[in-house]
Amino acid sequence: MLKPCCLLQTFFIFLVIVVFSEATGTASALQDRLYDDYGVGLNGFIELRQGWRLQDDPYEKDASISEARLQLDMSKDLDWGLLKLKGDIAGDEVEEEVRGDLREFYLTFSPLEIMDAKMGRQVITWGTGDLLFINDLFPKDWRSFFIGRDDEYLKAPSDALRMSLFFDFANLDLVYGPVFNGSDYVEGSRLSYWNGLLGRTAGRDFIFHDHERNSFFTDDEFALRVSKNISGIEMALYGYHGFWKTPEGVDPAAQKLIYPKLNAFGASVRSPVFGGIGNLEIGYYDSRDDRHGDDPLIRNSEFRFLAGFEREVAQDFTGGFQYYLEWMSDYGAYRRTLGGMPAKDEYRHVLTLRLTRLLMNQNLKLSFFTYYSPSDQDAYLRPKVHYKITDHWAVEAGGNIFLGEDDYTFFGQFQDNTNVYMGLRWSF
Amino acid sequence: MKKTVISIMGFLAVALVIGPLQAAESLSVDEIVNKANLAAYYAGNDGRAEVSMTITDAQGRTRTREFVILRRDVANGGEQKFYVYFKKPSDVRKMVFMVHKHIDRDDDRWLYLPALDLVKRIAASDNRTSFVGSNFFYEDVSGRSVDEDVHELAEVTDTSYVLKNTPKDPGSVEFSSYTVHIDKKTFLPVKAEYLDKQGRKYRQVEALEIKEIQGIPTVIKSRVKDLIAGGETVSEFSKIKYDIGLKDNIFTERYLRRPPREVRR
Repeated sequence: MLKPCCLLQTFFIFLVIVVFSEATGTASALQDRLYDDYGVGLNGFIELRQGWRLQDDPYEKDASISEARLQLDMSKDLDWGLLKLKGDIAGDEVEEEVRGDLREFYLTFSPLEIMDAKMGRQVITWGTGDLLFINDLFPKDWRSFFIGRDDEYLKAPSDALRMSLFFDFANLDLVYGPVFNGSDYVEGSRLSYWNGLLGRTAGRDFIFHDHERNSFFTDDEFALRVSKNISGIEMALYGYHGFWKTPEGVDPAAQKLIYPKLNAFGASVRSPVFGGIGNLEIGYYDSRDDRHGDDPLIRNSEFRFLAGFEREVAQDFTGGFQYYLEWMSDYGAYRRTLGGMPAKDEYRHVLTLRLTRLLMNQNLKLSFFTYYSPSDQDAYLRPKVHYKITDHWAVEAGGNIFLGEDDYTFFGQFQDNTNVYMGLRWSF
Repeated sequence: MKKTVISIMGFLAVALVIGPLQAAESLSVDEIVNKANLAAYYAGNDGRAEVSMTITDAQGRTRTREFVILRRDVANGGEQKFYVYFKKPSDVRKMVFMVHKHIDRDDDRWLYLPALDLVKRIAASDNRTSFVGSNFFYEDVSGRSVDEDVHELAEVTDTSYVLKNTPKDPGSVEFSSYTVHIDKKTFLPVKAEYLDKQGRKYRQVEALEIKEIQGIPTVIKSRVKDLIAGGETVSEFSKIKYDIGLKDNIFTERYLRRPPREVRR
């Protein structure tokens, strides 16, 4: 832990590295040397990112993000497999710390002709939604997403063993995490949020901690996918046995959040249709600690549905649209036992719109993604401009805009976090 | 059945087709088109090449793209599969672009983003969109269907057939017509010139260097020029190999997530 000026210090060190490397070609010489002598591929980037709230937030700092980041990505082809190591070092002015973050560290190989295995820390994604997740029950980093870090950081890594088996009739993926991999939820340290326990918005005055699920082989989780591509139509079935990925329960005595037990089952299909790509996905979340829906401290079971369509509207201009539904089970029991807390609707409807425009030989990318919920009456807008100055340098600017009628809805609770940010990245 | 333009995939050029020259003089337009299509896009049953693209914009700034491309023909002159593994620049490194080219319907396209472990499906409605920001179009990569144009033999020179091609559906493309020069010996398209809707010559694709690889005449350097907006892209192909026995399952989600040995080295 360094002092508050860690951002500038870190950035200064990075700046020296970049300038020195650009001037002397050190980075590419080092890359070549590592590859030629040891067969190790080395890549990465150095980045500076700064963002501000557009309004006062009584519970948080004005800066929404303020960090200098170095990412190193190393891989070694072992011929029979691949070893991968990717990690970040970030000097973070908002949290006043310098921290290391191991994003990937895994070994992948094929023990059988029809089988691939991947062991270690890894990012895993499946399912068909665009920034909406039903059967992708792998951890997310919502804090990174809401403060404007690169999209890469929305997906948090899992410590897991992934086995994929490829049969003629279908492919089978099995993921086992010996200990629970939870999402980074909004707990107040840098984003204010609705605190149901206090019945008000909170932030740094009340960091909502969790009871970690950290017992090996007890707090373990298991995910499964069976998939098949039949002449361009991709179909899949999913299963999950573990816990809610965000803490959807409260322990009022300890004033902590808990991760209740969860099973999930679902299916998806994705296919070309009407000159674009269409997708459908459904899932049932079986909240095993509240099967009757009468425990107000634990989220009820629910049914989820998603339908989406994306296509090119014009050259280098793509539009996408999704409809998403969360349908709470046992809504009567929920209302009966809720007490005085603000009630959620039985149906939460969400619409999303994505527009992406590429200009200037695709070096300039304008993108806009919006979530809008007519039932919650809230919205989340993500405009972004990204420009590749050269093959090494890129700048971007964007916003995270939260709107809502109420302080307690999913996006509405984040209104005071509305922010804009800018980033500059040098990749090597 | 397909394509006439010179392409990135020009490296696939094939010789299997070359007949005796005297016979060639009496070829019909359709035969020339089909032979050129096979020569430009269907060399061998499969192939591998390393591609280096240099994109120069109208202001003279350059960017480079490096990738390995694998191709497998499902049927000669018919369906094909492509696997493109990016090496440079570093912001796209290890991304994979995969195409299943169909004859009777839109191609299937996928993009794999390794940082997110995301297999993204891409809508393939417009084939005349820039490929990775270069002056090459997707259609130059995987080929334009020969059925989409009306072909006329405009001229026969000592060395080449000159075909004029007019789109059957002018609303679907940005050109009004294009001419292609097809080498009489190799049947490789060596030059294509596109006229815009106003009849101005605005785009030119050329084979700059041709070399025999495993006995197959192959374009190893090609260039696209934008004659009106300015800017050009030069593609150079190296380490070209045909008939390496690529397995069909390389072109599936499995190998999007785990790039095969054929592209890693």
